[in-house]
Amino acid sequence: MRFLTRRFLFYLVAAFVAITLNFFIPRLMAGDPVQVMFAQFQGRLDSRAMESLKETFGFVQGPILEQYATYLGNLARGNLGLSISNYPTPVADLIFPSLLWTLRLIGVATITAFLIGIILGIYAAWRRGGGIDSFLLPITSIVGAFPFFWTAMFIVFIFGLQLKWFPTSHAWDIKLTPNPDWSNPEFVNSVLRHGLLPMLTIVFTSLGGWLLGMRNNMIGVLSQDYVTMAQAKGLSDRRVMFTYAARNAILPSLTAFSMSLGFVVGGALVVELVFAYPGMGYLLLKAVGGRDYPLMQAVFLLITIAVLIANFMADVLYVVLDPRAR
Amino acid sequence: MAQNKPTTLVPAVGRAVPLRPAVRIPLPGWLRTILSNRKAAVGMAILTFFVLVAVFAPVIAPGQPNKMVGRPHEAPSAAHPFGTSRQGQDIFTQVVHGSRSSLVVGFGTGTFIIMLCILIGVTAGYVGGLVDEILSLFMNVFLILPGLPLIIVVAGWVQQPGPLTVMLVLGFTSWAYGARVLRSQTLILRNSDFVAAARISGEPWWRIILFEILPNMTSLVASSWIGAVIFVILTEATLSFVGLGNPNAVSWGVTLFWAQNNQALLTGAWWTFVPPGLCIALVGFSLTLINYGIDEITNPRLQGDK
Repeated sequence: MRFLTRRFLFYLVAAFVAITLNFFIPRLMAGDPVQVMFAQFQGRLDSRAMESLKETFGFVQGPILEQYATYLGNLARGNLGLSISNYPTPVADLIFPSLLWTLRLIGVATITAFLIGIILGIYAAWRRGGGIDSFLLPITSIVGAFPFFWTAMFIVFIFGLQLKWFPTSHAWDIKLTPNPDWSNPEFVNSVLRHGLLPMLTIVFTSLGGWLLGMRNNMIGVLSQDYVTMAQAKGLSDRRVMFTYAARNAILPSLTAFSMSLGFVVGGALVVELVFAYPGMGYLLLKAVGGRDYPLMQAVFLLITIAVLIANFMADVLYVVLDPRAR
Repeated sequence: MAQNKPTTLVPAVGRAVPLRPAVRIPLPGWLRTILSNRKAAVGMAILTFFVLVAVFAPVIAPGQPNKMVGRPHEAPSAAHPFGTSRQGQDIFTQVVHGSRSSLVVGFGTGTFIIMLCILIGVTAGYVGGLVDEILSLFMNVFLILPGLPLIIVVAGWVQQPGPLTVMLVLGFTSWAYGARVLRSQTLILRNSDFVAAARISGEPWWRIILFEILPNMTSLVASSWIGAVIFVILTEATLSFVGLGNPNAVSWGVTLFWAQNNQALLTGAWWTFVPPGLCIALVGFSLTLINYGIDEITNPRLQGDK
């Protein structure tokens, strides 16, 4: 329990740093982009809207600490401000549907990649120099050298446009229904078909990291005496491999999860752009392109918080697997 | 090694024995060590190829990379080995000239990041105590924050950052991983006998760090540096691709940006996005190979790993 409490406090600090960065980044920029931003919307927004926009960012009269307090207060009340490109829609209304699409897409893809990578890593280490070890491992490290978005383009090109197996953009068929309708089985089918290629892209590009990490941990664990002992006792290969060796070897992979997840999420967001998938990455890049700063800031905060929550879940799993952490 | 006589003096049966050893290009010791590893040698060969392309770009592909020289989306031919873009620009010229900015930004920014890593990581590890606690907390926080969204947000505020801004943004957001690696090694070295001896003999702290600790983690610094360069090359391409670079610049990322924005995929113009992507991947892969090589050289446990 102490372990989880400590981790939880750490994530609170991390969230706080992200929130603070969000506040200070625009203020650190040379040439005062904030003035530029407000000047840009001078004609388009009425003065009341301008005032509320400024307040969301804490750009009120007064010392910087007071501005910071205003900003934190707004955030605490869940006031993320109004979108500029879709004025006057509240940012929160734009983000919520995108968040769900991203959570489903990246969530499923990451868990799939993690599980497949771990299992292949176990086998690669068990049969060192075997098929997985000498064939799959180099392939995944070559794939890993390509930028995420390029792999996405390549997959769109081959499977979407040349072979025409799967649709290449959006999360569902707009012609079917303009708004999501989960009671319609045709809609669900369309979502699955649209999600498959982006999901495969993320799985394909992030698999290698998990595989390599697990393989290397596993090789270390397999040379330990207790594994030899288990084999000497005549336990089945499967039992030695999974219950004895893998359970210990997976622990560093779970720790590495925190570092890799941020990376995978970043890549996945750009994959969304290639597939025009209406998730957080697509929204973020649209916001950046349209200079919709309130939207941009809010998307960054929510992505960060989602990543922190995922990390906490990995920590809980760690405690389940490792009695020493309890 | 006295017991290992040079092979030229021990003739193998049936083989001509050169009277004088073959002329060898004098290589610095570290380079020879790296080239003795097969993976690293392959990596160095690929990387050297790209460096040569970058240096001799105007000779290999004379002409302006952004000039219209053909019809839109021409397929590869003798005149245009990689075809043309939607704007009728020669992709081959763009890719050859693009190697310059990718390599310069990659190595320049990578070097900047590794210097930040050394500064923060070694300070945390060597000074210890409260300083270490605070710096370590920041390292862990920056490690966990999703890097690319943060970079996109910062770059979004700048709007079309130049190379110097890209360097600052990437440095500011990406120092944590290397710093943590260097910090833990510093911690180990700090408690070793030779550092204790240096401290007792009255060496000042900066001398201990520069001349006792850093030289003993050269390979770690080198591999972190290469890792940073890979990261920068990929991230810079990504930033250009999502439209946060200068769309009139010449780089692999910008060529990919235009391929995406001109619907090159829909029109089947694969030649606009395959060559720059392959180049990015090849450079990244060559650096990864060099890193594997350094790993194998410095970590004897991995040497049986073929």
